[in-house]
Amino acid sequence: MKINIDQVANLARLNLTEEEKKLFGEQLSNVLDHAEELQKLNTDNVKPTSHAIPMKNILREDKVVPCKNTKDILKNAPEEEDNMFKVPRIIEE
Amino acid sequence: MTSKYETVIGLEIHAQLSTESKMFCSCSTKFGAEPNTNICEVCTGQPGALPKTNKKAIELAIKTGLALNCKIEPYSVFARKNYFYPDLPKAYQISQFDLPIITGGYLEIEVEGKKKKIKLTRIHLEEDAGKLVHKGAERIMGSEESLVDYNRGGTPLMEIVTEPDIRSPLEAKIFMEDLAHLLQYLGVCDAKMEQGSLRCDANISIRPVGQKELGTRSELKNMNSFRFVQMGLTAEVARHTELKESGEKIIQETRYFDTKTHETKSMRSKEEAHDYRYFPEPDLITVEPDKEWIEEIKTTITELPEKKKERYTKEYGLSDQAAETLISTKELSDYFESCLKIEKKPKEITNWILGDITAYLKAKNLNIKDINLPPGEVIELIKLIEKGTISGKIAKEVIVKTLNTGKTIKDIVSESGSTQISNEDELQKIVEEAIKNSPKQVEQYKSGKKAIIGYLVGQVMKASKGRANPGLANKLLKQQLD
Repeated sequence: MKINIDQVANLARLNLTEEEKKLFGEQLSNVLDHAEELQKLNTDNVKPTSHAIPMKNILREDKVVPCKNTKDILKNAPEEEDNMFKVPRIIEE
Repeated sequence: MTSKYETVIGLEIHAQLSTESKMFCSCSTKFGAEPNTNICEVCTGQPGALPKTNKKAIELAIKTGLALNCKIEPYSVFARKNYFYPDLPKAYQISQFDLPIITGGYLEIEVEGKKKKIKLTRIHLEEDAGKLVHKGAERIMGSEESLVDYNRGGTPLMEIVTEPDIRSPLEAKIFMEDLAHLLQYLGVCDAKMEQGSLRCDANISIRPVGQKELGTRSELKNMNSFRFVQMGLTAEVARHTELKESGEKIIQETRYFDTKTHETKSMRSKEEAHDYRYFPEPDLITVEPDKEWIEEIKTTITELPEKKKERYTKEYGLSDQAAETLISTKELSDYFESCLKIEKKPKEITNWILGDITAYLKAKNLNIKDINLPPGEVIELIKLIEKGTISGKIAKEVIVKTLNTGKTIKDIVSESGSTQISNEDELQKIVEEAIKNSPKQVEQYKSGKKAIIGYLVGQVMKASKGRANPGLANKLLKQQLD
């Protein structure tokens, strides 16, 4: 199955070289081919699932536990100003 | 006003749920904290961090679903909605897609005396994004750079989607007001549009009356008050009508309401059509509420506003209007009911709450929950009047002084020496004085104009600085004159 590698790359905000496009395009096509293979199975009596583990309702109580590493998280900012993440222009004119 | 076009509106409402902690992590949801202090590995999408669902958020959504006559789905799934935006650190929002927690249902509203059911499509849970501050410009367009605060990121949101059942901007406003009211009573959301805890986007189109197919719609954003919902939609209806009339094409786009010019404006951007690539969130498992859990949640629903109003009029004999005002906010009806619990005097309590207390609150721009007048004090005041210790007129001054100083009613009354004069001997002197000072009126009274007694009672009240018991003054005057 052919994949539109340019569109996939764009959605992931990746700049791929021609070589990479060819390589990843083939690899992703193989994944889709495999999925297509699976589609042939008869699943009429199988319930759709979102998860492989037979579990449900794993929930936590509504309690606040403050995080101790907020400063470290802020270190991931491309730039910091007033304890905020500073990012460049969002929408181009 | 009749028009040859019919307006069709559907709403998408985001309500911030009243939880202490975030949707999928234990950070605080408290508003107004220092930027980026309520963040953690999970809500900022650090590698390896795993989300865990907040039980309370699920319960609040189910509670809302029950109150809105919805179906609580026995099987629901969280999904990732993928897109890039600086307020979304994970580059996906955890939301729900094809299997939301709640489907169907309706809210009945009253528009110009007519009841109407607005059907709901679904209610699903998701997480909020962070907050952007655009530098050097009011809107994103002209801004060179933006600052991001992720405190809000991950706050539980409930998205309520209506069917395109709304037929006018006024209906949309009423729907939003009634929904906000209900959410407040349920205690699931504080529902303040101005503060962003309740947000509303609208899909709107017009079509010739009688036509079945819908016209091309636009999506309207940024209506951050009930009034702006109506104003924004009214402006958009006018724009659609004008385009239709002049034969121009309406394009499907997202617009925002400019609250300064009262126009809607296009949010044109270079963004291509969204491709969110939803897929089940692999880090979270299904939510499958059983009957027992739902029944348990049902018991937490207290009396809803409409039922309350009915009880106030039927059981307590209050007027429709008084009942309506008392239920207008949960805080007010809660206050009324706390007073009632102490002493069952619904009419007197209502008079004080809707009269002097409300006037005070309005003048000081306060909310009932901010005042230092415990419900017991209202009852104290009512009792003092009944016992004749103070007059109704003095009571009005006492309550204002109490509200201003935070002292007790009793203290204010004894301090000011404003207890009512119900002692005959004490009052007798003032009565005699009044008669002496008003020879003309006394003469009129004696010549048969009995109504003039009102003037004389007034003189007694004035001389006693409002402390005289008016009933007793009347009696003593008559004794003297007849």
